[in-house]
Amino acid sequence: MKSNASTWTDVGGPAQPLLAIQNLVKHFALKKDLLGRSTGTVRAVDGISFDVMKGETLGVVGESGCGKSTTARLLMSLIKPDQGDIIFDSLSIGTTQLSLKEFRRQTQMVFQDSYASLNPRLTIQDSIAFAPQVHGISKKEANSRANDLLARVGLDPNRFAQRYPHELSGGQRQRINIARALALQPRLVILDEAVSALDKSVEAQVLNLLLDLKKEFGLTYVFISHDLNVVRYISDRVMVMYLGQIVEIGDSETLFQQPKHPYTRALLKSVPSMDPDQRTMEPPLSGDPPNPINPPPGCRFHTRCVFAEKVCSENIPALIKQTDGQSVACLMHVKNSGHSAAPCSKISGDAP
Amino acid sequence: MLNVAVDPAKVPGLVVEKSTGYWGGVGQRFLRDKVAMLTAAIVIILLLLAIFGPLIAPADPYASSILKRLKPIGFPGYPLGTDELGRDMLSRLIVGTRLSLFMGITPVLLAFTIGSVIGIVAGYAGGPINTFVMRTIDIFYAFPSVLLAIALSGVLGAGITNSLISLTIVFIPPIVRVAESVTTQIRSRDFVDAARASGANAFTIVRVHVLGNVLSPIFVYSTSLIAVSMILASGLSFLGLGVKPPEPEWGLMLNTLRTAIYVQPWIAALPGVMIFITSIAFNLLSDGLRTAMEIKN
Repeated sequence: MKSNASTWTDVGGPAQPLLAIQNLVKHFALKKDLLGRSTGTVRAVDGISFDVMKGETLGVVGESGCGKSTTARLLMSLIKPDQGDIIFDSLSIGTTQLSLKEFRRQTQMVFQDSYASLNPRLTIQDSIAFAPQVHGISKKEANSRANDLLARVGLDPNRFAQRYPHELSGGQRQRINIARALALQPRLVILDEAVSALDKSVEAQVLNLLLDLKKEFGLTYVFISHDLNVVRYISDRVMVMYLGQIVEIGDSETLFQQPKHPYTRALLKSVPSMDPDQRTMEPPLSGDPPNPINPPPGCRFHTRCVFAEKVCSENIPALIKQTDGQSVACLMHVKNSGHSAAPCSKISGDAP
Repeated sequence: MLNVAVDPAKVPGLVVEKSTGYWGGVGQRFLRDKVAMLTAAIVIILLLLAIFGPLIAPADPYASSILKRLKPIGFPGYPLGTDELGRDMLSRLIVGTRLSLFMGITPVLLAFTIGSVIGIVAGYAGGPINTFVMRTIDIFYAFPSVLLAIALSGVLGAGITNSLISLTIVFIPPIVRVAESVTTQIRSRDFVDAARASGANAFTIVRVHVLGNVLSPIFVYSTSLIAVSMILASGLSFLGLGVKPPEPEWGLMLNTLRTAIYVQPWIAALPGVMIFITSIAFNLLSDGLRTAMEIKN
């Protein structure tokens, strides 16, 4: 298999983020009334900005309905954002700088449902070879690339190439999906709950396969999951989402060991402990997340936050970088925010 | 770090013989279905009769005899009796198969082609195009299909071609409906998103990923319309809007024999029996096809 480097050029250099997201917004209009007016909007993704550095794995976690999958679809340009920019290696997508088709050659996605994401009427080989053929590679070459990739993900091409998806197990199908995503030799792979539907043992195999492939092909991952242990295992940095917004983003180990945002802390507490002495005694988070149609004013988490004060329902906290490099959107970490736990601008050492 | 712990290709006992493919599986399931095989046999016999009818028919279907009118079933020389002009019923039924099947299958084939295109385009495009097409199609639903066929034939004038056209128009809306709904369903599947994410354009996605998944359900539905089409075509002929006498066609034969219903009820019922057998055979065949084409998850 050809190396990736021959098919694309690194435009911005290693310091340039591979993907820079600026103020991305996606609202879905609810069912329209008779006159075509919308009766409400779901604020699925509401102004998120983040970078994905070259060669890293960015984990994205959050509860169901927090906008993780919408973010994945926005990144993949499967749906159009209402606002905001996606910059891929310093180039704007959909312009003369970088056509959508070229962007899609360099960015691929693995979906959660391994069965629904494979065409039941195509053989495994045809499914994998489809994308290269779209980009002008001959059928013969695309097929041989498909066979190489099948072998690479641990499936014997002689036995599997001519099979149909319903003849395979879930783990095998997800390997096929990974092989298909790699068939275009992309730089960025978005994994939307890619291992969530698999058995634990198969999940571990696929995770290790993903790590090996990343090293081998120099890939960058955006790894979306609700499984915190998996995210911790695979990610370099982690982004926590709540109701369409980022509440905390930063280095994976720091975030897992010293979570700053109350939501992140609650989320991490929800992971069952292996130590019987540290078992979870009370439910860390109560209730469902508020309705994203009419999200609460101020900080969106204040309705469930144990540290919430009056100011939390009035001011919207911005995502601010802290001294240790982690970014948090919480008034407790904003100087002079009015929250009782917030640091004051006067540093105690200054006073005589 | 652990490498891939289990290589499924190397585990003994996991060896599965080479896949028979989708159509191989459909064929196997169809062959196991006894009812479907029986109806398939009936349909093949009907098709053979349609092709070789004039060669098989024992007598000239047009030769009339004043002396031998309305003879009963089993009359010497006329196994199924004679009609009101003394023509051999058996020969007329055999020769009539061709025209009756032609009137049943052609409008459905035409409507299948046109309706699939409209439905798949509407289903894949979605949004305002879908709304426009589907609401236009809904207008046709305001009329009962029999009435619509009669009205169209009446406007276009009697004759085989015109009744084919009017029947085609009658069958397009239901086929568009089915095509649109299955396409909308397939379009929302992840593999279509994956194909979009690979940079393929809409035409390529429809050709490679949508057609293969939607054509068989549309086709199965269409085969069930063949029986309806035969009955409607018979109805048009019965009303004098389709096939003209002395052409042997089951619907027309039913019409001309209706005056003899008190004299020879069994003879008068014979064309109806043929229509009944054919429509049942096509209905059961489409049922069998649908069962055989279902993919297990």
